[in-house]
Amino acid sequence: MAEPLVRAADLTKRFGDFTAVDSVDFTVEPGEVFGFLGPNGAGKSSTMKMIGAVSPVTEGLLTVFGLDPATDGAAIRARLGSVPQENLLDTELTVFENLFIYGRYFDLPKAVIRERIEELLAFAHLEDRAEDLVDPLSGGMKRRLTIARSLINQPELILLDEPTTGLDPQARHALWDRLYRLKRQGVTLIVTTHYMDEAEQLCDRLVVMDNGQIVAEGSPRSLIERFATRDVVELRFPVDAEVAERDLAGLAQRIESLPDRSLLYTDNADDTLVRLTERPFPIESTLVRRSTLEDVFLRLTGRSLID
Amino acid sequence: MATSGSLLFVERSARVYRRTWRGSVISTFMNPVLYLLAMGLGLGSLVDDGGGTTQLDFDYLTFLAPGLLAAATMMTAAGESLYPVMAGMKWNKYYHDALATPISIRNLVVGHFGWVAIRILFTAVVFTGVMVAFGTISPATALLVLPPSVLGGMAFAGPISAYAAQLENETGLSSLFRFVITPLFLFSGTFFPIEQLPDWMVPVAYVTPLWHAVETTRGLALGIETAWAPALHYAVLIVFLVVGAIIADRLFHRRLHV
Repeated sequence: MAEPLVRAADLTKRFGDFTAVDSVDFTVEPGEVFGFLGPNGAGKSSTMKMIGAVSPVTEGLLTVFGLDPATDGAAIRARLGSVPQENLLDTELTVFENLFIYGRYFDLPKAVIRERIEELLAFAHLEDRAEDLVDPLSGGMKRRLTIARSLINQPELILLDEPTTGLDPQARHALWDRLYRLKRQGVTLIVTTHYMDEAEQLCDRLVVMDNGQIVAEGSPRSLIERFATRDVVELRFPVDAEVAERDLAGLAQRIESLPDRSLLYTDNADDTLVRLTERPFPIESTLVRRSTLEDVFLRLTGRSLID
Repeated sequence: MATSGSLLFVERSARVYRRTWRGSVISTFMNPVLYLLAMGLGLGSLVDDGGGTTQLDFDYLTFLAPGLLAAATMMTAAGESLYPVMAGMKWNKYYHDALATPISIRNLVVGHFGWVAIRILFTAVVFTGVMVAFGTISPATALLVLPPSVLGGMAFAGPISAYAAQLENETGLSSLFRFVITPLFLFSGTFFPIEQLPDWMVPVAYVTPLWHAVETTRGLALGIETAWAPALHYAVLIVFLVVGAIIADRLFHRRLHV
């Protein structure tokens, strides 16, 4: 078995009194897509910055490519691609120059950079914008440019911090397709996201983080099997109806009441629906679906991800 | 062979400059021309007629030009050490960008000072060229005054970069100009010898880098004796540069290595 690409043990990050990452353990294997899932403030970005050797580890052990970020930061970063949450593009430079200067930071020969820029502009669909300053670009274009730029050094490991936040659905799917292609080339990806569908689509394995801690780990499928039922019945009630959780008792294995709807977790949706018709209260709409990671998330963190 | 990270960072600044050099060249060239015309020739004719020449031993234009040169390198140092540093930390965040690559914080610091030195040298070369055109110094003397004027600018680059590295918002930028740069420009011997100042202000001039830069630059330009031994003036300037750079390095690390 190959040495893990990233190994963290009791990894902790504190800012003053605040503990952003609280003693987490995980490993990332070569070639996999590994996800950090969690609400804002869960510690995902802080973890990513430590892996990226830009933010020092407060406590615990972290190795990336078997190297210590504290002493071999530059060597680690040379083999990494980094897509931070915020598009850190150089607004004083054009699209081409952003790619070029970034390549120069890696000390790549100019001819090599020019060659790669051509491919990367095609990858990012920005061929026509090469000579434009980056500021007028749309949010999606800036995101694509940031991702393209992270590939300039042909990294073995790419850190993507919320890669598709703010993108429209087409752009998200196009990006996923590109990430798949990178994975097929053997590149390892570490992704943070708060989109459940993204995590389900992309990740081979993921950890759910909450309050700086890892609360669950596994493949998307195994997490759903472990923490959710097969089906979910979503109920919406008329605005004036007052339906308490106890009115729903006995309809499903577990019931979750959200501000706008109630979720009934059941392994047998048909049975739940039949018994629902026997209840006296009015229902505005009923939706039956398979469980998703979002349900796992609600179960584990006790709140919706949209915060 | 591997290029040092600091040099690669200088390359970034040079590339940004390639977009803006036209405006910068014009102002670098126009500033000395306008000042020497207005102050040197315009005001200078009054000074000279009023007997200033006998007190200064030179016509006013010749006396003033090296002082303005020292002040111009200070201005360039301030311009290149304030906004670009704050932008790198806070606005455009190009420092954060570079730090995701093998570039280190030390590379940023060294690269920053390297680029400021290049810009200051450029200012000094253009300025001395204008001085030669106005006939206040010979071309050979122009070469001689480059080192003290560049060192004078760098003596400001150190502390000003440190100041910018800890700023939280841009109001600090204009207050530095209002309360430090402009008073220094006016009262550090640029326009008149500091002996003309009220007695209590003279020691203030001693602790500001600009007076030392003016003294050394003017001393070499006019071939006259400096107020203190030249080595002392240079020592003060070097201390400002080195101490400023060390503090800037600390503050860059504190702000970026979190």
